[in-house]
Amino acid sequence: MTVAHHPVVALRHISKTFGGSRALDDVDLTIRRGEVHGLLGENGSGKSTLIKILSGFHAPDGGGELEINGRPVPLPLHPGQFRSLGMSFVHQDLGLVPSLSVVENLLVGDLTSKRSWRLSWGRERRRARETFESFGLQLDPRAKVSDLRPTDRALLAIVRAVEEIRANTAADGSEYGLLVLDEPTVFLPASDRDELFSIIREIAATRASILFVSHDLDEVLEITDRITVLRDGQVRGTVATAEASDEALVEMIIGRRLQALSIDREQAEAGKAISITGLTGRYVRDVSLTIHEGEVVGLTGLLGSGFEEIPYYVFGARPAAAGRLELNGKTYDLHGMTPPRALKAGVGLIPADRQRDGIVGSLSLGDNVTLRVLDKYQSRIGLNRSRMRSDAGKLLERFDVRPPDPRLKYQSLSGGNQQKAMLAKWLQTKPSLLLLHEPTQGVDVGARQQIFQLTRKAAADGTAVVCVSTDYEQLAAICDRVVVFGRGRVARELTGDQITKERIAEQCYRVAESLTDSHLDAGREAE
Amino acid sequence: MSQAQSASLAQRLGRGMSIGEFVERFALVGAWIAVIVVFSVLKPDTFFTSSNFAAILGSQAVLVVLTCALLIPLTAGDYDLSITGVLTLSQMMIGILNTEHGISVYLCIVLALLMGALVGLINGAFVVIFGIDSFIVTLGTGTFLGGVVLWISNSETFAGISSQLTGPVVVERFLGVPLAFYYGLALVIVLWYFLEYTSLGRQLLFVGRSRSVARLSGLRVGRLRWGALVASGVIAAGAGVLYAGITGAADPVSGAGFLLPAFAAAFLGATSIVPGRFNPWGSFIAVYFLVTGITGLTLFGIQSWVQDMFYGGALVLAVTFSQIARRREEHETSVPET
Repeated sequence: MTVAHHPVVALRHISKTFGGSRALDDVDLTIRRGEVHGLLGENGSGKSTLIKILSGFHAPDGGGELEINGRPVPLPLHPGQFRSLGMSFVHQDLGLVPSLSVVENLLVGDLTSKRSWRLSWGRERRRARETFESFGLQLDPRAKVSDLRPTDRALLAIVRAVEEIRANTAADGSEYGLLVLDEPTVFLPASDRDELFSIIREIAATRASILFVSHDLDEVLEITDRITVLRDGQVRGTVATAEASDEALVEMIIGRRLQALSIDREQAEAGKAISITGLTGRYVRDVSLTIHEGEVVGLTGLLGSGFEEIPYYVFGARPAAAGRLELNGKTYDLHGMTPPRALKAGVGLIPADRQRDGIVGSLSLGDNVTLRVLDKYQSRIGLNRSRMRSDAGKLLERFDVRPPDPRLKYQSLSGGNQQKAMLAKWLQTKPSLLLLHEPTQGVDVGARQQIFQLTRKAAADGTAVVCVSTDYEQLAAICDRVVVFGRGRVARELTGDQITKERIAEQCYRVAESLTDSHLDAGREAE
Repeated sequence: MSQAQSASLAQRLGRGMSIGEFVERFALVGAWIAVIVVFSVLKPDTFFTSSNFAAILGSQAVLVVLTCALLIPLTAGDYDLSITGVLTLSQMMIGILNTEHGISVYLCIVLALLMGALVGLINGAFVVIFGIDSFIVTLGTGTFLGGVVLWISNSETFAGISSQLTGPVVVERFLGVPLAFYYGLALVIVLWYFLEYTSLGRQLLFVGRSRSVARLSGLRVGRLRWGALVASGVIAAGAGVLYAGITGAADPVSGAGFLLPAFAAAFLGATSIVPGRFNPWGSFIAVYFLVTGITGLTLFGIQSWVQDMFYGGALVLAVTFSQIARRREEHETSVPET
């Protein structure tokens, strides 16, 4: 048997346990020489854990085996060992330094590992240009990365990774490398994907096999030779792409066959309506939504489909190009929206990045939750601190924040209690419209249930709630309606008994799949 | 103090401050007392005299006021390096207008304070409207003002400022200490009250800790930062008035020497009283701790160069300590789920 017939990478019996829970369970994955291999699965299915084992970030449980080009390699890998094994990774964030030039980014590996006292930038630029030409690319080595198109940035990251593989594998072609692309297209305009895909094919044919990690079914069907599907940490099958039907794949991903769906638009129209019309921004195009008082509406879709930007546009945290918000009989132009204006209109926002946007961890719980209502405590002799503290204590108790002690530093609380306190901060002012973005991220199971109840209670008290999330189970648990986005537009609306975890997941994949590139790219290009 | 506030103080103390916490909060006070005791024992006839204490307390009023000016933008997360430029120009305006043109001291003071506000407005415009780093902007405007001072003064010193100013600043005394000291003390109290007991003070703190959180909580972050820079300009101009009153003259260069001590006091103050936070009481103690040490050492015949070494060293150590305190504040152990 010649070396060429060995798989580039073969993983066998890989398991990984975090605490008590199994993230990966006896996973086998074989990547053949010259193939593009798709790795599909929902968030939390174990995709990223598997990749982190390959990159040496996680150590797998005992009993796993790894072979590279037919040679057994002992596990776990040391961090960084993947380089000498001929592997390279391109993550979604690409790992480029935007303020530096193309050639500097290309050389960053060399510059940090080797010492050179006489860099000739002229020579390096020439070499970079030759490298790009060999890929059929026209990139200016002097250009600043931040000035490149998103697609060119992705291509640069890929070229850099392939060059790294070439430097670490035998020149005679007896060894083949592995390029891992982790969700590389999420932020790219669909029209440029062909460019990316043709390079991926060329790389696979000549230099390195490719592991293409994605949750976009459509892309995976287009670019890969074989597909492995993970669900709940187990391999649910490896199939040849040419023989795979998308129904079968969806079923493998979400674990259940679904009957044909009839979309009915009947809905309980409860209280007064709040409407958003014609909302257009960087990632969304002409979005119109109606939310009623007392209703919880979910917004979802695959990552990058624009839905996650909606709350920030409505709250004025990011500028929208156009759009109107009608609320309590008034009309607001979303183009000129600012957070103070949104607050005055009765809109609240609980952002997903709690540590960065939601709280100041080094200040006390009381200071954090009373920030919005300080004026209430301003008296002739200054802030009434003891009343602030006792009110904050009562508020925290009402939202079951444990312990309900306003003097504690915010960051000393667990994630669940931090989030409950965030809800307390915003709900004490009884907003008309509350925007939640991933409200149970990093929250334990018990607190998650409480947050669901608090959200439903807020709705029952007359607040219109929008919950933006990719957590389909959460959406199924709290929403009256779920709106599915595809490429920056509203694509589907689910109501009543259509709202199940599986149905929402299925719709997200189908929406992404059914969007033909022609007319729906507009949203991405509106930038 | 109001009932509510004294109640809250009692509550806070009643919480059972840990020993470590107590030591951290009052270490600087302890160090100050220790320095006083040591020098009093070693030099009872020169150091441990009421005139020496009066001199120590009275001499540092300018630095106390200037540090208070600096604390406001620091709390809001901005630097103001133009404070000494404002101080010197304010002092020089009073010197020239009063001694050369015979303009009333009171009008001079009003003009000087307006100048401080104008500098703050300009700083704020660059920082808020154009989004330029406050460090760079105020470094530039501060240097610019230094040039203005040399230009209008022709590098000369103007002596003989009216006793209408020097009288109520340095000549008149209460309990043997020049009134200047009490002006500084009053400002410390006002600023402490502002930062702790007004909603504006709380808002500034949030703006300084996280612009993003402040913005998404509906605070007008730009306006607050701008306001903080205007306040530091006005108060720094006030420090210049005091300086003119204490020296009875205006010289174009000596004011610049206050910049580093002001930063040293602000950062050293942030290790004390409310550790991890810029606070006026901590800075007040820091100012007097530093000057007491310096005065004591000079009584031993050590030259005035010790002053620079003292302030420079204190700044680096203070920032190191406050960084440690801040880190502790941020990484405090989690409360277990109940």
